[in-house]
Amino acid sequence: MNARSDRFTPLQRGLHWLMAAMILAMLFIGVGMVSTVSPRYWQLVSIHKPLGISLLLLVLIRLWQRWRHGAPPLPEDLPWWQRAAALASHVALYALMLAMPLIGWAMLSAAGYPIVLYGPLRLPPVLPQDAGLYTLLHRAHAALAYLLFLVILLHLGAALFHALIRRDGVLQSMAPWIRRPAA
Amino acid sequence: MPRSPTTMAAIRRLQPGRLTVIGTVLAVVAGSFAYAGGWLSPDRISPERVVNALSARGGNPVGHRRNHSKGICFTGQFEANGAGAGLSTASVLAAGRYPVTGRFAIATGDPAAPDASGRVRSMAIRIAAPNGQEWRSGMNNIPVFPVATVEAFYEQVLAARALPATGKPDPEALRAFAARHPEAAAFNQWARTAPWTTSFAEESYNSLNAFRFIDAAGLRRSVRWSMRATLPQAASSQEALARLGPDALEQDLETRLQAGPLRWHLVVTIAGPDDPTEDATRAWPADREQVDVGTLIVERAQDEATGPCRDINYDPLVLPTGIEPSADPILLARSPAYANSFTRREAEQGRAATGMAKPGDRS
Ligand code: HEM
Ligand code: HEM
Ligand code: HEM
Repeated sequence: MNARSDRFTPLQRGLHWLMAAMILAMLFIGVGMVSTVSPRYWQLVSIHKPLGISLLLLVLIRLWQRWRHGAPPLPEDLPWWQRAAALASHVALYALMLAMPLIGWAMLSAAGYPIVLYGPLRLPPVLPQDAGLYTLLHRAHAALAYLLFLVILLHLGAALFHALIRRDGVLQSMAPWIRRPAA
Repeated sequence: MPRSPTTMAAIRRLQPGRLTVIGTVLAVVAGSFAYAGGWLSPDRISPERVVNALSARGGNPVGHRRNHSKGICFTGQFEANGAGAGLSTASVLAAGRYPVTGRFAIATGDPAAPDASGRVRSMAIRIAAPNGQEWRSGMNNIPVFPVATVEAFYEQVLAARALPATGKPDPEALRAFAARHPEAAAFNQWARTAPWTTSFAEESYNSLNAFRFIDAAGLRRSVRWSMRATLPQAASSQEALARLGPDALEQDLETRLQAGPLRWHLVVTIAGPDDPTEDATRAWPADREQVDVGTLIVERAQDEATGPCRDINYDPLVLPTGIEPSADPILLARSPAYANSFTRREAEQGRAATGMAKPGDRS
């Protein structure tokens, strides 16, 4: 963690917005594909797997960047409970971003499916085939996906709260191109 | 809301319009998510609904496949003769021997159904290549599928469901289905007239759905395939099969395998330019080019409860590179339905074993 700035590095910001779009897409694709028997299922699932594994690579880069560059400080006057909520939700978001793709990969392994990403690009299984493990992981993949969506909603609400109500520059730390409205 | 002075100051400064903006944004995001997940469209045919219908056709399928529920595992080899390598780059079509885990079954929702109650029989296979690629296929002994869409399939399952009072389907519902679905006529004709046999080994099994083979030059050809029996069919009847006992097909298979392996030829049929590739109710003309790509050698049979096929989902979209699904809506509906059935039965494994399953369950 070097000198603190009032915004994230360009790479951090780039990763944040790219991954935000990808994760929201993953959540929508996920719930869409498990609820349809239309030909869309095949298209969606064929996107879901490679996109999810790309997120695994991106989150590793992102955590490394976070460790190297840290994060800008939150506003001095932010009440303690909002600081705590910000910290807890960010930890939860990182944990879920890391866990979801790993669980997806492990779940397909435990089901005994070949893990096809694209064409001949395949992943090796990370677990032996096992009905109990598959069941556990399948439930975790769904439950944690809903939890992730919930935390993202709170996160989005908080970001808009900072931007529109507190107008304290927190949104600008991630989106510096947005003009900070006069308080 | 907490009452720290800064927050109170912030709230005092806030215009209600801004809070409304935040609320609206969150509601739109959450609402779109609910829409994508189908929670706002209860009429959407989800895999859950299809498999619920399949699970309620009499018998107790807890812990078992929700269709083709009664079956027996087998293991053996696929001996590719190399003739398929010109049509598809799939590694299992290159000349060589590849291990197979498969399953014979009757198309029923009841894992305890007598064999004579299953008009349709099936073979499912998983061929594994050394590079980790797999070819899974579920094939039926029928020449065409009764319906062309999953909507019609769902309707048919509901129409054919046994009434609690009689234990039989409502004839009125069946008539109404037949009237609405003339495309089922070819299948019905087969069901009425094709001979019954008393052996899985005397049947040929067809992919019914079309797929695409991709060759080394990237050329795509629409194909269907069949596992052709090498034994002649001894025509029998449903009554004769019933007299042989409820598990006659499984016993027959075990007896035959004690005498030696059984063989099928995997024959690939290449579509003509105008042949239907998105409609499994329509057969292709008999003169289409056919290529025998290898021999399936079935060596051993094993009960499903302890056999290697139990925990396999024979999802027809588990394909090696070199084979792609067609746009047949039935084919593309099978994958999500099989996944749903698979997820249920895997979760039920423990329950069936610890006696928590409902009475009537066989395992
Ligand atoms: C899929 C969605 C998203 C995920 C997974 C996500 C994740 C994260 C994480 C983990 C951080 C913490 C950065 C750190 O301290 O290391 C963060 C910060 C931030 N996010 Fe998101 N985010 C998402 C969507 C959004 C959206 C839609 C907005 C705004 C409209 C937003 C605005 C912000 C802002 C302003 C910060 C900076 C907070 C600070 O200064 O500490 N994020 N995001
Ligand atoms: C950020 C990463 C991911 C997110 C947010 C995500 C989200 C979801 C969601 C919301 C569902 C639907 C859950 C349900 O309602 O049952 C789902 C299902 C699924 N996901 Fe993911 N997923 C991620 C990564 C992955 C990865 C990496 C894989 C595999 C390589 C994967 C494979 C699957 C599969 C196969 C299903 C369908 C399960 C079924 O048949 O019921 N996911 N995912
Ligand atoms: C929309 C149409 C269809 C639906 C909804 C459907 C549904 C199902 C389901 C839920 C299973 C149980 C899967 C499992 O738990 O592993 C199954 C098994 C099977 N189906 Fe279908 N099916 C359809 C069409 C077809 C067609 C066209 C064929 C053609 C050849 C076919 C052949 C099989 C076979 C062979 C099995 C048994 C696989 C095994 O032995 O494990 N099905 N079907």
